[in-house]
Amino acid sequence: MTGLPLAPMARMAGRRLLYAVPVLLAVTFGVFAIAAASPFDPVKAYAGTAGFSASQEALDQLRDSLGADDPFVTRWWDWLTGVVTGDLGESTSMRQPVADVIGERIGWTVLLCAVAFAVAIVAGTLLGVLAARRRGGLLDRAVTSVAYALEAAPPFWLGLLAVWLFALQLDALPAGGLTDTGTDVVSFGQVAEHVLLPASVLAVSQMPWFVLYVRQGVGDALDEDPVRGARSRGLAERTVLLGHALRSGLLPVLTLIGTRVPELITGALLIETVFSWPGIAAATVEAATSVDFPLLAALTVLATAAVLLGNLLSDLLYGLADPRVGFDG
Amino acid sequence: MSVRGIRAAVSVTAAAAVLAGAAACSNPDADDDSGGSGGDGATAVIGVSTEPDTLSPLLGYGKDGNSKLFDGLLARTADMELRPALARALPEITDDGTTYTYKLRDGVTFSDGEPFTAADVVFTYETILDPGTNNPSKGDLEAVDSVEAEGDDTVVFRLKYPYAAFAERTVLPIAPEHAAGKGDVNTGPFNTEPIGTGPYVLDNWRKGEKLTFSANPGYWGGKPKVAKLTMAVIADDDIRATRLRSGDLDGAILPPNLAKTFAEDDDKQTVAATTFDHRAVTLPTDNPVTGDLAIRRALDVAVDRDAMVDKLLEGRGKAAYGPVPTDSEWFAQGTERPYDTARAEKILDDAGWRAGDGGIREKDGQRASFTLYYPSGDKLRQEHALAFAGDAKKVGIEAKVESGTWEVIEPRMGEDAVLAGGGSPADPDFDLYPMLNSELAGQGFNNMASYENPDVDTALAEGRESGDKAERKRAYDKVQQELTENPGYIFLTHIDHIYVVADTWRGLTTQVEPHEHGFGSGPWWNVESWQPAP
Repeated sequence: MTGLPLAPMARMAGRRLLYAVPVLLAVTFGVFAIAAASPFDPVKAYAGTAGFSASQEALDQLRDSLGADDPFVTRWWDWLTGVVTGDLGESTSMRQPVADVIGERIGWTVLLCAVAFAVAIVAGTLLGVLAARRRGGLLDRAVTSVAYALEAAPPFWLGLLAVWLFALQLDALPAGGLTDTGTDVVSFGQVAEHVLLPASVLAVSQMPWFVLYVRQGVGDALDEDPVRGARSRGLAERTVLLGHALRSGLLPVLTLIGTRVPELITGALLIETVFSWPGIAAATVEAATSVDFPLLAALTVLATAAVLLGNLLSDLLYGLADPRVGFDG
Repeated sequence: MSVRGIRAAVSVTAAAAVLAGAAACSNPDADDDSGGSGGDGATAVIGVSTEPDTLSPLLGYGKDGNSKLFDGLLARTADMELRPALARALPEITDDGTTYTYKLRDGVTFSDGEPFTAADVVFTYETILDPGTNNPSKGDLEAVDSVEAEGDDTVVFRLKYPYAAFAERTVLPIAPEHAAGKGDVNTGPFNTEPIGTGPYVLDNWRKGEKLTFSANPGYWGGKPKVAKLTMAVIADDDIRATRLRSGDLDGAILPPNLAKTFAEDDDKQTVAATTFDHRAVTLPTDNPVTGDLAIRRALDVAVDRDAMVDKLLEGRGKAAYGPVPTDSEWFAQGTERPYDTARAEKILDDAGWRAGDGGIREKDGQRASFTLYYPSGDKLRQEHALAFAGDAKKVGIEAKVESGTWEVIEPRMGEDAVLAGGGSPADPDFDLYPMLNSELAGQGFNNMASYENPDVDTALAEGRESGDKAERKRAYDKVQQELTENPGYIFLTHIDHIYVVADTWRGLTTQVEPHEHGFGSGPWWNVESWQPAP
């Protein structure tokens, strides 16, 4: 890895970091504003079912104690000043500090997303290349039409379908959770078995984009001069396909990696809910419906950061793969 | 890094994915022992539909007893009688029912080995009553004026007014001051890592997935036979039923239609619990139609409660004529109202409600029509609402059924009817007072119909304050009779709760259950005393 243009890459990362600050500020402010405008009442959400039998006095006390009547700008400012001093605040819906809520969940979400994303990229690329090799062939038509169908299918629907088929009908894989119901030990085998179904569903829901992009890129590249040249030099078809066509056909996929991150996160939220996966998704839903400002803001910052990082990563990769682009963005 | 580098990275992730797949395939089934086998060290895996928000009694966990992790001063038997728990005996009641004195059990320790003392009791109650504690149920203890420890083993409660049902409130779990007093009561670690005196200790809580408990070897009531208890949180009824069928669960709460599918299974038993869990239609006083006495009385006899029990509940329930179910000792005999559409029509005719457009009655230009909300997604309430509307239509009253979230419904509760549910069995005061007292009209979800009846208010106060059971019975009989004269709510059904459990356990019982039935309800209310079948 010599000759890596580290300095321009670092400059680009630094610029993006500076740029991220106003974005994050605006996003958190927006989250507070939207949550405040939502019809959900933080007091009722906090009280839950106990709220139905709670006395008015208890509810008023709760409202006061939760600061539910403070204007959202005040709450945003309090939150922000807290965060600057390293205090993420306390989650009212989880009855825990926000840092704890996120700390004990994020690992599982990252695991789910990483596995799914890797599978989607690898399998998507593979299928895309196969489809591009003979455009209009049987395989191409099958792969393309399934990809379009899957592109239109919402992830939670795919999730329910997968639970129905693999867990209920075939009884081949567990329907949800991190480990078997009867056991507490989080062993590698247990987690691997339990992550398989949700990660596959998430991967399948992301794969169509990769398949179609790769198919298009590689297919176009196969028609270009360098490939024709390579063929005329008598290179093996395999070398032509992987060494020439795939190499230039992959460029759009690098961009895609960055732009799929938001989609991956929302997909993961739905998948986690369907599969009772103990990640941050359930917390996000709970935080939103409970108007749990500190938790909601922290989760939004995380999601925004993931999106910005995804973009940065794809720009860096693109710059590396195609030096003409450079690192000026 | 070049494209070659990227390719290398891609192949590494591919290899990792393949490895993960292989690991999943070769996962041994060695730990597949989830079936509740009898004998020592038995396990039980229970499927529940919801999980608690917190495990801290200070924030409301287990306030009605059977909390597994904690004990109250008192507890309830299968027959809903109070019995001593952390107290040595039932309380001594003096000063016309305003002073309750509890003597505490000796030699009880918390699961971390620290002794249980009167200071813990005082700490628990005082913390709950503290305005800074976010406990939505603190209104339950509204009568408490002060809590004091006298020595290490006596606690004295002084009440603001004589409150006959107070002893029932002291099933509330006691938290240890030394552990729960540390950190923020609202968000501190005690909410997820509780320490109690109860039959079980918490091993692990993965929110949204499950809670696991193991038997507390030092439990003062004797170590439970069920050594390991898992509460799996499965919101979807169908998935819960499937996991029960596959043997993943040993027991689960199920709706009647799914419970029925287990009737033929030899290795499963069905346990039905009678309840105070009612479904009722609120008739807001301020609505010109639902506030009209003739409309109320007509609706009260126009609804076919028995048909609802048969069709909507598959027979698993009872017709309801008030918050108190017909088989309770507090039920006022003779207040049942038979289904009688002819009588309903006569009441309406006599009051001047005449048939108008489309068969809907009118009086002085007012159509006999109102909106009935049910919380969206609640299938049982939807079915009740539609059945109610169908019955009302037959006598010329239109109930327009609509659904909405509670955010939509709550601001409209003053004018529109709601298909409501509720019920707590321990004392009639718990349901009747907040539901019918005119002072609580429109406060939160109390007295949703804004019911106003001075005679009822007086009787409710008598029932609340009298220490004499016969006197209380007379007062609550009066309340129930008034409800037949002026029904501010149309009570429809009391719903049985159905549980399906593996046959490996015998002598399962249930308590009379409240509307909210979490871990504390169901046959596992006393899982600490379960005996494996021989």
